Amino acid sequence: MNYNVNEKGYYGEFGGAFIPEMLYPNVEELRQNYLKVMAEPEFQKEFNQLLKDYVGRPSPLYLAKRLSEKYNTKIYLKREDLNHTGAHKINNTVGQILMAKRLGKTRIIAETGAGQHGVATATVCALMGLECIVYMGEIDIARQAPNVARMKMLGATVVPALSGSRTLKDATNEAIRDWINNPVNTHYIIGSAIGPHPYPDMVTRFQAIISEEIKWQLKEHEGRENPDYVVACIGGGSNAAGTYYHYLHEPDVNIIAVEAAGLGVDSGESAATSVLGKEGVIHGCKTLLMQTPDGQITEPYSISAGLDYPGVGPMHAHLAKTGRAEFMSITDDQAMKAGLELCKLEGIIPAIESSHALAIFEQKTFKPNDVVVVSLSGRGDKDLQNYIEYFKI
Amino acid sequence: MNRINKKLQEDKKLLSIYFTAGYPTLNDTVSVIQNLEKSGVDMIEIGLPFSDPLADGPTIQASSTQALKNGMTTEVLFNQLKDIRQSVSIPLIIMGYFNPMLQYGVEAFCKKCQEIGVDGLIIPDLPVDVYNEEYKATFEKYGLINVFLITPQTSVERINFIDSISNGFIYMVSSASVTGSQSGFGDEQTKYFKRIADMNLKNPQVIGFGISDNTTFTQATQYAKGAIIGSAFIKHLSTKPVHSINDFVNFIVK
Ligand SMILES: Cc1ncc(COP(=O)(O)O)c(C=O)c1O
Repeated sequence: MNYNVNEKGYYGEFGGAFIPEMLYPNVEELRQNYLKVMAEPEFQKEFNQLLKDYVGRPSPLYLAKRLSEKYNTKIYLKREDLNHTGAHKINNTVGQILMAKRLGKTRIIAETGAGQHGVATATVCALMGLECIVYMGEIDIARQAPNVARMKMLGATVVPALSGSRTLKDATNEAIRDWINNPVNTHYIIGSAIGPHPYPDMVTRFQAIISEEIKWQLKEHEGRENPDYVVACIGGGSNAAGTYYHYLHEPDVNIIAVEAAGLGVDSGESAATSVLGKEGVIHGCKTLLMQTPDGQITEPYSISAGLDYPGVGPMHAHLAKTGRAEFMSITDDQAMKAGLELCKLEGIIPAIESSHALAIFEQKTFKPNDVVVVSLSGRGDKDLQNYIEYFKI
Repeated sequence: MNRINKKLQEDKKLLSIYFTAGYPTLNDTVSVIQNLEKSGVDMIEIGLPFSDPLADGPTIQASSTQALKNGMTTEVLFNQLKDIRQSVSIPLIIMGYFNPMLQYGVEAFCKKCQEIGVDGLIIPDLPVDVYNEEYKATFEKYGLINVFLITPQTSVERINFIDSISNGFIYMVSSASVTGSQSGFGDEQTKYFKRIADMNLKNPQVIGFGISDNTTFTQATQYAKGAIIGSAFIKHLSTKPVHSINDFVNFIVK
């Protein structure tokens, strides 16, 4: 079984580029160039240099001793939270800004939900001196004021998405419309492993640095490159794609994908796409998505704004369908509890998205000798208000 | 012969009107169609509303949101159109996004269209190659014309390919934009209109996006077989009663 994208842009039956003709020249330009550009030694050199000197890579692979003791297994945390701007999102934006420059683009657009990807995009635009426009749902702008301020300080223009449900999916629609209206000078930096081909694959390749590092880091720690499990939370699926990438075809490595169950998978307030979703087309991609029987896309819910997406990247739809990955759903309450536990046991305040991945240890028993690597995709600074309100701190 | 092909053979410039089904109120669909035909319009695009219309500007987005709130669904639309051929003979095209069609079942959707007497489909996010490889046979089985879009950025090669697999008309998007975001055509657009006209394609072209009045209609049809009006008509419907559609059409064609 192949878990990578095929030459037509599909992962099994998922993926493709279901885009209006107006987007075709842009997406086609990217499709024809992305692998070539990424393979250029100059590109590689610049990308790796920035990841090292600017982002602060490699991010540590940390053996969480007290957490491991508590769950009687060996838990390693891949510390993406220690990256510049506080999450894995910057790996992708560094890669894509270099891609945009190679393609001669002068104007950058992006969508953002919680603001993490918006901040990571605004950051690299400032670094490269490129114009940056970030679309953000009107409701999210109100919920995520600190990140809006960060983007503005970094020189980006934040445009409220006023259509539909005024959250992440609508911000994505607005970014796509902007790209239709500006087909020549603009590059769209998508923030997750979603969208039309080649985006899911390109984003995955930029995030693949995560598992590339895990391999040699684990070798240093354990004398072997392959853990027994890799675990990551899934919004659109970019930190997960990066965490799994070099293990997809290693059958001895189990893959666990953690979705947000919100108030409960059957509560009507959930973002557990692999359970609640059906095959369909969202944002140019055939994948699993939450929708009405009539094919209207519905609004997901999670306490974590970064997992609040009605679809899932096509690679993950394929991993779910083929059974290569085990999908678990974690509720708001379970995630918040796991987040606080990491604070107390390890002195690390995780992003609520990442807390979902940590919460599986209450749900699933691992063997004492198992080596479990969890992607700690981001830090909790941005979520402080949520933690304060939830725990009445 | 398909009603669209027959219409395209007429020796006149065609006015095609887009409206969103179930807007302004759920049950306006049929009377909007009847009034458009009575007013002398040549073709109608019935918009099947979608929650996430990527290629549409604010006017059509808002009408889609309203129509969905009103209760419009694929099933409701097909029910409303059940007897439409008893009252109108104008070519009817359904324009919608791919996901609702996929959920209904592409074959079931096409079959229903044939039963009702729908003549063609425009699905902006169904890519040319996917249509060609997976759905062309189904569309043809049910006698449906599929209409493709081209834009000022579409390469000559691709236009020729699109022309080769089209069997009705080519929808020329007037400029690089979502629907509704134009005010008048400049040099660049007329150059593009002329460039395409000079290609002497097998399929006639109909220009859409940004046509809102007599001037833009006349400009577009100087180079193309017809023109499509969407947002400007939706704006009219949002404030004026359905029986005043005639005024709108007279204002366009004078
Ligand atoms: C810290 C963190 N983790 C995870 C995610 C989810 O995104 P993805 O599934 O693309 O990794 C986000 C998105 O904003 C995030 O900020």
